[in-house]
Amino acid sequence: MELSFNHVQSAHCENGVTRNLLNHIGIEQMTEPLAFGIGSGLFFIYIPFVKINNGPAISYRTMPGMIFNRACKSLQVPLLRKKFNSEEAAKAYLDEAIASGTPVGCQVGVYYLPYFPREYRFHFNAHNLVIYGKENDEYLVSDPVMEHVTRLNAFDLNRVRFSKGFLAPKGQLYYPKEHKTVSDDLVRKAILTGMKRNIRHMLHAHVPILGVDGIRFTAHRIRKWKSKLGDKAARSYLAQLVRMQEEIGTGGGGFRFIYAAFLQESSAYFPEKGLVGISEQFTKSGDLWRSVAVQAAGIYKGRLGGQQDYDHLSQMMMEIADIEGNAFRNLSKTLK
Amino acid sequence: MKKEDLPQDKGAIKDLCYVVDERGNYTTGLSDGWEIKVKALDVAWDDIKEKTAAALAEVKSGKASPIKYYMERSIMDVGIVAAYTGFWRWQVKRHLKPGVFKNLNDKKLKKYADLFEIELEELKKMGEYGA
Repeated sequence: MELSFNHVQSAHCENGVTRNLLNHIGIEQMTEPLAFGIGSGLFFIYIPFVKINNGPAISYRTMPGMIFNRACKSLQVPLLRKKFNSEEAAKAYLDEAIASGTPVGCQVGVYYLPYFPREYRFHFNAHNLVIYGKENDEYLVSDPVMEHVTRLNAFDLNRVRFSKGFLAPKGQLYYPKEHKTVSDDLVRKAILTGMKRNIRHMLHAHVPILGVDGIRFTAHRIRKWKSKLGDKAARSYLAQLVRMQEEIGTGGGGFRFIYAAFLQESSAYFPEKGLVGISEQFTKSGDLWRSVAVQAAGIYKGRLGGQQDYDHLSQMMMEIADIEGNAFRNLSKTLK
Repeated sequence: MKKEDLPQDKGAIKDLCYVVDERGNYTTGLSDGWEIKVKALDVAWDDIKEKTAAALAEVKSGKASPIKYYMERSIMDVGIVAAYTGFWRWQVKRHLKPGVFKNLNDKKLKKYADLFEIELEELKKMGEYGA
């Protein structure tokens, strides 16, 4: 059977799943930037002692699963999220949900995802997609980073739902439990909650590796990469820094641009708060993240490589930290 | 980023991006890929190829078992291999030694062969290098 489900491509998978699922249950106001903003998606973290694929563990956005959870909670939508120990139980639960007419969000790993291009298939386990139907042995898939809907057979779907390693999904699925509409007032409240939480995370985390401080921390570290790691490993580290910034769909500084779009959309709900001006500051930050990627690429492509090039990169990130710090402080002021 | 600056350098996937139009409003556009990003992926894959080649050399000189080679080829580490096969990490670590590997029974080897999507015989044959 095939459920009516509107597939809209998004820049980022969890935003897209959140937007598409909430649109489906009747929340028409939901857009990708709103989902990201209400879910307080913007973040920065650098975990110095953890390595992913032998490179630094860096993320430019919040923990997987949080955007959907927070968006639902703020809009008072009851949600179900479930993990499974048994693969059979996971399949049965999904089949039943689809049969009862509910499109279901699934967390999956991309390593075995057949329709993904080979070069993107690392052991990354926090990808999100929606299953919106089943025909014979094939599941109908709305993967928000793809232009069009696609299909997965039962074997492949089971394999990606039970991929292993860091953030293993364990068959995790989630969906809003009921259909409902929300008032613009509730959306307004949700936007404010999302903004305040994001300000807290980026400015007042009180841990040096998180938020704006985390960007500065990373900038300091990068200065030392060349002498500490040697040219070759330092280049791989920089490529990873860019790769994490460039998760599929997010483009250079992509999350910053989505946040800027969120503030611009929010200004329609709060015309008096000067959000457009703050939005421009995030656009500037996104553009600078793009420049960071270009500078880093200069090094990993071998065009640059002197200590001064690492220093320059570090300075650019310091500037980003200042811009984002100011932007969030301005946002904080205008919300008071 | 302005809409006209959206990179169109032939990548593997069409990315949707948030961009600013000529009136300063946010809109979305499709990017055909960005050379900076393509190259970052290339660096990651070059590293993987290099590690795989090094593992193969270790297998051929009898310093590591074939599992090491297939593990690197699949971008896995001991933790991931253990999670997929159901062995403990310490067991997988032992199985990386050629001396231990050659005494593994077919049942255990089959788990590895299934994970790496190869025939059991292929795995065994490669183990003869170091013998």
